[in-house]
Formats: sequence, C-alpha cells, structure tokens
Amino acid sequence: MKPPAFAYHRPETVGEALDLLAELGEEAKILAGGQSLVPLMNFRLAVPAHVVDVNGLTELTLSAQRGGVLRLGALTRHRELERSPLVAGAAPLLAAAAPFIGHPQIRSMGTLGGSLSHADPSAELPGCVLALDATVVAASARGERRIPAGEFFASHFTTTLESDELLVAVEVPVPAGRVGCAFTEVAARHGDFALAGAAAVVTLDDAGVVTDARVVCAAVAPTPVRVAAAEKLLTAGLPGGLTEVETAVQDSLDPTPELKVSARYKRRTAGVLARRAVEAALADAEGRAA
Amino acid sequence: MTTSTTTHTIDLTVNGIPRQVTVEPRTLLADTLRTQLRLTGTHLGCEHGVCGACTVLVDGEPARSCLLFTVSLVGRSVETVESLEEPGGRLNPLQQSFQDHHGLQCGFCTPGILMSLTALLRDEPHPDEGRVRDQVQGHICRCTGYQQLVDAALAVSDEDAEVAP
Ligand SMILES: Cc1cc2nc3c(=O)[nH]c(=O)nc-3n(C[C@H](O)[C@H](O)[C@H](O)COP(=O)(O)OP(=O)(O)OC[C@H]3O[C@@H](n4cnc5c(N)ncnc54)[C@H](O)[C@@H]3O)c2cc1C
Ligand code: FES
Ligand code: FES
Repeated sequence: MKPPAFAYHRPETVGEALDLLAELGEEAKILAGGQSLVPLMNFRLAVPAHVVDVNGLTELTLSAQRGGVLRLGALTRHRELERSPLVAGAAPLLAAAAPFIGHPQIRSMGTLGGSLSHADPSAELPGCVLALDATVVAASARGERRIPAGEFFASHFTTTLESDELLVAVEVPVPAGRVGCAFTEVAARHGDFALAGAAAVVTLDDAGVVTDARVVCAAVAPTPVRVAAAEKLLTAGLPGGLTEVETAVQDSLDPTPELKVSARYKRRTAGVLARRAVEAALADAEGRAA
Repeated sequence: MTTSTTTHTIDLTVNGIPRQVTVEPRTLLADTLRTQLRLTGTHLGCEHGVCGACTVLVDGEPARSCLLFTVSLVGRSVETVESLEEPGGRLNPLQQSFQDHHGLQCGFCTPGILMSLTALLRDEPHPDEGRVRDQVQGHICRCTGYQQLVDAALAVSDEDAEVAP
C-alpha cells in the first residue's frame, strides 16, 4: 500500500460536491477515474488531505445531443468515447483520438473531465477539444461558468479552473455540412503519451473550398496549440500544396525538449503529423455529401 | 476534522460472492484482494498503472487494481483470476491454452493478461491477431516475448469459430 492517508468524501449530488469543494478548497482533490491522480498518490507526489470522489454523481455520466451541441458529462470514460455511436456521429474526432490514450485497461476508467482537468501537455483530449472549439462547463457553489477550450488550458498540468470548481460537462459543436477531422500522433510505444500529436478539423463548402480550418498540435508546448499560420493556408486554398502546412507548423512551434526527444525532433514530427492530419481531414470532408 | 485513518465498511461483489470489507480510504483494490480476501492471484508489479500485472475486471471491464481505491467500489462487481477456475480445479479453456502454447514462463504477468483477454473474448469471441495484440499491449511480460500468449489467445478464438477462417 503506497498512497498517503486521506479523508474520503463521496457526495451523492453535484450540490453536495460543490459545497465540499467550497469548504475544503486547496486541501481537496477530486477523484474521477483515478488514472492520473492515483499514480501520483502512489508516488506521493500528490498528498491531498481530502479526496472528493465524484463517481457517485450520475449526473456527470450523462451525455446527450441537443440541437447543434453534444454535451458530454465529465465522467464520460475514454472507453465510451471510443465505442459510443453518439460520439462517433457527433464528435468523430474524440472517437478517433480515444484509442491513442494509454491502454484498454486505462480507458475503461479514465474520464474526459479528468483528462482535461489534469491538462497533461502530451494528452490527446485537450488538443481535440481545442480543435473542436468545445466549451468546458465548470460549476462551483458560486454558480456555473462556461469556459471556451481556448481559455481553459493555462500551462503544464494547469487549467483556469479554481480549486472549488468541478468540471461538469464538455459541450462540443456538432459538425454541420461537410466537416472532416483527423487525429494522429507519434509515441515511443503504443499507449505511451505522445511525443508529438496533431488534430485537424476542416469545413468545405459545396464547391469543395475550405471555409474553416482548425489545426492543433499537442505535446509541443505547455498547452495544446492552434497553429494559425497553417489554418490561414488552408482557407487560402493551399496555394503551395500540403507541404506548406508542414513548414508553417515547423516555423510556428518552439517546443521544449524532453528527456527522450529533442526540440528539433518534436518540431519536425509535429509538422509531418499536422500535414497528415490535414490531409486525412480533407479526405474525410470530401467524402461527405455536399 | 475527519481523521484520515477513519475506516469505511463497504459492500461489493468479488468473483460472484457478496463481500463486506472494512478499509482505510487509501487502501488499493489490489491490497484488499491480496491481503484481506487472500486472493493472491492478482499480482502487483509497478503499482502505478504501467505493467498490467494487477489487472482485474470491474463490472466486466479490465482495470488496474493498483489504481483503484477499494472505498470507491461500493456495489461494484470485481472478478479476479481465481474466478476462471472450473469445477474440480480444472483450468478454463483460455488457461489451458496458455499452458498448451507456453503462454507463460514465470507466470507473474499471467493473471492480469488472462483477465484482459477474458474481457476481450466475452465481447468478441473470435478476435483476430490485431485485436488480441491491442488488448495485451497494456501488459508487460519479461519472459515470453508475447508471441506464445498471443498464439494461446488466438487458439481459443479459433476453437469454436462457426465459420472456418
Ligand atoms: C499507464 C497509463 C498510461 C496513460 N496514457 C495516457 C495517454 O497516452 N494519454 C492520455 O491522455 N492519458 C493517459 N493516461 C492518463 C489517463 O488518460 C487519465 O485517465 C486522465 O489523464 C485523467 O483522467 P481520470 O478520470 O483518470 O482523472 P483522475 O486521475 O481522477 O484526476 C486527474 C486530475 O484531474 C482532477 N479532476 C478529475 N476530474 C475532475 C473534474 N470533473 N473537475 C475538476 N477536476 C477534476 C483531479 O483532481 C486530478 O487532479 C495514462 C494513464 C496511465 C496509468
Ligand atoms: S501493478 Fe498495477 S499496473 Fe503494475
Ligand atoms: S511469464 Fe514471466 S513475466 Fe510474463
């Protein structure tokens, strides 16, 4: 037995959970799937005095599509993203990225809310929600707050959530029309965190012209990053072809080296991955009826 | 303030049998199984989620028992390698296939791998090699080089296939 001792709380309702978080503040850690928190506690890198287990909050497990928005509860497991027909139809990028997260044994427990809150710069889902222009819904005893994905990630393992806030859901705009998407990454071994990753979402008009593009790279900066230069090239009709996307990404990034990989490797790999993601997203969009 | 060592008594099902355990909040499922319930078939390697030795099924899904607090598992159903045994102490078809194909050597990783494959075979009785490898990628085996245990799983996959491949 390795983790440090803590006081355990298992609220039955979101209201109860928010009151506990308000009362305990920085002393408490939220427990969702535990696939990041428990390893940290086993290493005693995290030593929370209180743990608030949100697994009893059935409200956080619910997902539904209403109008043009897919609302995914914070406790949506990675496994559900991978398998759910609702997600496959309304947020195919999340379904495509989920199999890259760890192993099946991790995905059966790990949650969407946990992955976003943990904000590992090498994680898959933060980059995807940024590429999808999703909104994070956070609740506290003070009320509810809606945070655009672009304002949610602050730095390595840091978000703009306050210590009394609970991520309750993620709202993803459902693609309308000819929208294509793709996710790709390189990791040392399958299931490891990405050394570099890329997500692309493109929208075509009836004539097949790109009207909107979002290109995001992961594992190359303290947070996932949108590469505006690559997006501009796409909406300008890629005058110099797809390799321009690769160059634009490489020129835009300034990655910090990691233990196993140099900054140069990350920059080059991210460029190649972004090109591949864009190519696949374009093919996906072209395959959809005008 | 609540003292950190306050114990909790919870009900859960282990290998089909309702069990009640009293645990400290920090007690990991792996430790409850091994030390309280004496189900030592579940092994602990790394204790941080990477090796797969401790894999059990929770409500039918494979999960790391070193990353789960027992206290959180109220009402859940846990299955361990001990549940695979057939009447008379015989090995089940997957276990027998591991023996026949030399799917294990020291056996340290085996209980976890058996449980992951059990989940796969329930969902998909006839997985191909890609699916088998995908399911065992989260397990580290220092002995077999994986080929034999993949062969063992594929033999079970083929065994009762209705349509010849
Ligand atoms: C072997 C292994 C390999 C892995 N590989 C990958 C990988 O390749 N890619 C990847 O992305 N991840 C990987 N993970 C991590 C996994 O995806 C986690 O599930 C995820 O990072 C955290 O989700 P969780 O639900 O398990 O959160 P927890 O571990 O329960 O919590 C993580 C953090 O988020 C906070 N938190 C959780 N839920 C909420 C909420 N609703 N509101 C506010 N704060 C909250 C917690 O307090 C904690 O600080 C891996 C994990 C392991 C053990
Ligand atoms: S002991 Fe649990 S994964 Fe290694
Ligand atoms: S049989 Fe020895 S580690 Fe797998």
